Amino acid sequence: MTTAPRRNLLRLDQRTVRRARALAERAAAPVIELARSHTTTSVERAVLRLAGLTGADAEGIPWVNRLVDAVAADVGLEDGVALPVWHELRRGGHTDLAALAQKAAAGGVTFAVPEGSARRSAAAAAKRAVGTGIAMIDRNRKTRDRLLRKLGDPPKPWIYLIVATGDIHEDIPQAQAAAREGADVIAVIRSTGQSLLDYVPEGATREGFAGTYATQENFRLMRAALDDVSAELGRYVRLTNYASGLCMPEIATLAGLERLDMMLNDCMYGIIFRDINPRRTFIDQRFSRQIHARAGIVINTGEDNYLTTADAVDAAHTVIVSQLLNERFGLEAGLADWQLGLGHAFEINPALPEQFRLELAHAQLVRELFPNAPLKYMPPTKHMTGNVFFGYLLDAFFNLAGVMTDQSILLVGMMTEGIVTPFLSDRDLALENVRYVRDACAGLAEDFRPAPDGFVATRARQVLAESVELLERVADDGLFTAIADGTFGVTKRPADGGRGADGVVAHADGYFNPATELLEATA
Amino acid sequence: MTPRSTMNLVRAYGDTTGDGMVQLSFTLPVPAGPRAEAAAALFAAKMGLDPAMVVHAKAVGPDFTFFVVYGRSGVVVDLDEVEVHEREFPLLTAKEISLEVRSMLGRRLVVVGATVGTDAHTVGLDAILNVKGFAGEKGLEYYRELRVVNLGAQVDPAALVARAVAEEADALLVSQVVTQRDAHLHHVRLVADALAADWPASKPRPLFVVGGPRFEPKMAADLGVDRIFAKGTTPREVASYLVHALAVRRAAA
Repeated sequence: MTTAPRRNLLRLDQRTVRRARALAERAAAPVIELARSHTTTSVERAVLRLAGLTGADAEGIPWVNRLVDAVAADVGLEDGVALPVWHELRRGGHTDLAALAQKAAAGGVTFAVPEGSARRSAAAAAKRAVGTGIAMIDRNRKTRDRLLRKLGDPPKPWIYLIVATGDIHEDIPQAQAAAREGADVIAVIRSTGQSLLDYVPEGATREGFAGTYATQENFRLMRAALDDVSAELGRYVRLTNYASGLCMPEIATLAGLERLDMMLNDCMYGIIFRDINPRRTFIDQRFSRQIHARAGIVINTGEDNYLTTADAVDAAHTVIVSQLLNERFGLEAGLADWQLGLGHAFEINPALPEQFRLELAHAQLVRELFPNAPLKYMPPTKHMTGNVFFGYLLDAFFNLAGVMTDQSILLVGMMTEGIVTPFLSDRDLALENVRYVRDACAGLAEDFRPAPDGFVATRARQVLAESVELLERVADDGLFTAIADGTFGVTKRPADGGRGADGVVAHADGYFNPATELLEATA
Repeated sequence: MTPRSTMNLVRAYGDTTGDGMVQLSFTLPVPAGPRAEAAAALFAAKMGLDPAMVVHAKAVGPDFTFFVVYGRSGVVVDLDEVEVHEREFPLLTAKEISLEVRSMLGRRLVVVGATVGTDAHTVGLDAILNVKGFAGEKGLEYYRELRVVNLGAQVDPAALVARAVAEEADALLVSQVVTQRDAHLHHVRLVADALAADWPASKPRPLFVVGGPRFEPKMAADLGVDRIFAKGTTPREVASYLVHALAVRRAAA
C-alpha cells in the first residue's frame, strides 16, 4: 500500500487537525464502551457462523437464527450463545451444530449456562470451533496476498463499478465484462430490502429488488468468477459488498470466509438512512470491523450519503466529522489506515458559481486529513437529470477532481443515474470517460498547487474549522444526542428508536464470546 | 369543422424547419464489424429513419456493438392531438399556503410520509419533506402551518396507516423509487388497502398522495390514490395541491 506523504498544499494548521482527532476520540469513547459491554443477536449468530453453522429451515430462516433464538428463550443472551450451545453439544450427544440447531428449533432442547469445569470445557470447545472459521479467514487473506503478488495490484485510482441485476447468474457475466473493460473493483449492490432483514438469506439467488441478495453462496460464486477473470487479465479484480444493516457482523463474517476484498461499513449509515437502532448499529459495527481487520478487508464508509440529503456546501463539515468518527471507530476495532476507505462525494449543485473549485477544496481537504487512507470518491447523483449529455460532462469533471486530488477509489458515474438502470453502453461510455481523464491527466496531482490564500485553500480551512466546532458540540453533548438532533444527514434518530433495538443485550459478568477473545488476543 | 392550421403539424427539428432530423443511440448484440454496422443501418431504417447515417460504431466487449445514428424521421405530430395532464390547482407561495391552512383548518395540517415495502430510497421523500427541499424550494417541514412526520424508509403499510391514524393525518405521502417487477405499484396498492381497512369511519380520510419517477399521473384512480406526482415535482407543488384538494373536499362535504 502507498504511504507517500501528501504535501500540505492547503496549509492546514496541524494543531487544529490534532484537535479534531482528539475530539473525535472523546466523542467515540462512550460509544465504544457501550459496544464493548453489549452484544446483539447478530453478533451471536456471527459466532455460530464462524463455527461453521450454515443452512436454513424450510421457511428459509437460517439455523443460526433458530439456534440463537432458542438459546435466548431459555437463558437469554447475557452470557453469550457459545457457553450454552457448546455445553449442550457435549452434554446432549448431538452429532454437530446443525443437528443441535434443528432439534432446538423443534423445541427438543433446554439450554443452560454451564459453571465451573463444565464452563471451562464448553469455552474451550467453542474456541476450537470458532478458531476453524478464523483460520479460514486467515487463509483467505494469505490467498489474496499471494494473488496480488502473482497477478499484480492495479495502480490507483481503482475504478469501482456496480452491478445490480438481482440475479447472481446475470451479475457474473456483467461483472466479468466490466473487469475486462477496466473495472478494478466490482460491487454487487444488494436488494434494497436486505438491510432491514434480521437474517442473511441462504444460497444462490435469482430475484432481488434493484440488487442481488448478499448470501454466502452468492459471495462464493462471484469471487470465483472474478478469480477467473483476474487470471485472464493478469490483474487482481476486487469484490465488494455491503455489511451495513441489521446483520452487519454476520455479513462481515461471510465476507471474510469467502474472500471479499472490500465492504461498505459505515458507523452511522444504518442509523440515519435505514432507521436502525443506534445502539444496535454501534455494537454490530465494532464486531464487524474486528472481523474486517482480521480479514484484511478495506472498508468503505458512507459519508457520500449525507450530501444527497443535505446541501453539499452547507453540510461539507458533517462529512469530515463523520470521517473522523469512522476513522476512530475503525482504528479502535483494529483496522489499519490502509483499510479505511473513507467516503465522500461530488454533490455540489453545478449551477453554483465556482462549484468545481469548491469540490476541489473538499476533496483535497479529505486527501490531506487522511493521507494513508484509500479514499473512496463518489460521483454526482443528486444533480443528475434526464440531460444525459450534461450528466456525462459532470461525470468527467468528477473524474478530473478525483485525479487532481489523488483519490484512491473512483466510483464510476453513470450518465443515466437516477433515470434507468444503466445500459451496457452507458457503462462502457462511463468507463471510457474515466479512462480518458485518468490517462490524459495522469500525474496532474503533482501539478495541482492551490495558492495558499486562494479560494480552494481558504475554503478547505473553513470546512476544517466548522468540523472542529461541530466535533466540540458532539463531544460535549454525546454522539447519541447529536444523532437524535439530526446533526448528520438531516434525519433525526433517537437512541431508543429504530429497528433491531430488541436484539441488544447487556453483557452479564460471565459473558463469553470466543470470537472476540480470539480476535482481541492477537490484535 | 374548421380547417386546422398546418402550424399545428410539427416534425423533428435539426437545424432547418421540416428537416425531421433526429439522433439516437443503441446497442445490438452483434460483434463489431461491417455486418454490425449494416444491421444498425437496417434497424434505424425500420424505425423509419430515411436516410439513416451510422456515424459511430464501437465494440462493447466481444459480442456487442454500440451505435450513434443520425437520420431523418418522416413522423409528423399534430399538436391538436397532444394530451397534457394540466395542473388542476394554482401554485401558491409559502405565505399563501400558510394563510390557507390557518383559515381553513385553524390548526396545522398534518402530513405523514414514508417509503413503503422493500423500497429504501428516501431521496424523493426527503426532497419533498426535508427543510432542505429540492430545486431551490424548501421542503414541507419549512412551511410553518404544516406538521411533517417523516417515517423514512421501508415502512410497513399497516404501520404507516396506524401512525397516520395516531397523528390524525390530513395527508399521507408515499414515495416509491424502485420499480423492478412493478414493486412501486404493488406497494401503493398495499397502502390503499390498509387505508380502506384501518382508517376509522368516523374521521375524514386523509389525502393519499404518491410520488416517484416512474408513476403515470393517470393511474391515480386505478391505484386508489388521490394524486400522483411524477419526477421533478417540487415541494411547493405538493403543498399547493394539499391545500387545494382539502379545500375542494371541505366544499363538497
